[in-house]
Amino acid sequence: MAFWDYANPTRFLRLVQVVLPWLIGLCIIVFAAGLYMAFFTAPQDYQQGNTVRIMYIHVPAAWLCMMCYSIMSISSIGTLVWKHPLADVSAKAAAPIGAAFTFMALVTGSLWGKPMWGTYWVWDARLTSVLVLLIMYLGLMTLWRTMDDPIKAGKAAAVLTLVGALNLPVIKFSVDWWNTLHQPASVVRMDGPTIHPDILWPLLIMALAFSLLFFVLHLMAMRNEILRRRVRALRLRAASVSHPGTAAATAQPAE
Amino acid sequence: MDFGPHAGFIMASYGLCLFTVLALIAWVRIDKANQERALRELAEQGISRARPDSRSKSSR
Repeated sequence: MAFWDYANPTRFLRLVQVVLPWLIGLCIIVFAAGLYMAFFTAPQDYQQGNTVRIMYIHVPAAWLCMMCYSIMSISSIGTLVWKHPLADVSAKAAAPIGAAFTFMALVTGSLWGKPMWGTYWVWDARLTSVLVLLIMYLGLMTLWRTMDDPIKAGKAAAVLTLVGALNLPVIKFSVDWWNTLHQPASVVRMDGPTIHPDILWPLLIMALAFSLLFFVLHLMAMRNEILRRRVRALRLRAASVSHPGTAAATAQPAE
Repeated sequence: MDFGPHAGFIMASYGLCLFTVLALIAWVRIDKANQERALRELAEQGISRARPDSRSKSSR
């Protein structure tokens, strides 16, 4: 069976049923290892002391909020170019998860900033561009809710998602392009990470745990979205039987 | 474990993340239960995805 065959929602649901328990188990194990390392093996920072432990949740949340938007952007291309039956489902399901990770990144960053910078918030390029990302997520979620027809909503949201993708390089390179209070990249760099391995490894394990959590939640949310579209399609079918000619015009492949 | 003078900021950060993750898990689980209930109610009304011929075959 080719990967493309999982475009069929029924096959996809069967795949989710098999994969999800393993993914949840792996996610719990990696989280346990990451939290143990973050609290018990990772040393204090020589300047920041114990507040460096906020990094183990702040940085993965920040990476994930960008990764989630990247996945939504790829899904949007799938919606607009290939009309892939699951692309729209994927993008819609990812938005609330991405918004939650962005919220986590902003608030934990703020709580880390107060003891280190002396302020909860500054309007510097990195913080502002991540706030714009949160507003994009909330806007997309609202757009999906305001339009009744999922096909039209999916196309409109896909266009808006791709416009918003311009913000991703701005977030990534804001610390290089402008003079910001936020520190420049110290892990993903051309010349390699500048963090000591004792702090880097717990960070990478926590990043893996957050990524697994994202995939678990995304698969669950996609399953829910497929079920929601099935409910909608069945209600349209029932309405068309009781009132012929009034409904059933907008059922789509994922239903 | 002593987190020093900034313990409140560290605990608040982890607490908020835990709360957000639990809220996300609750959201997907409640949503799934709602959709499954809606499908069940539709099936009870005789509205399901099964084609009429396949249903009659399975009932034989």
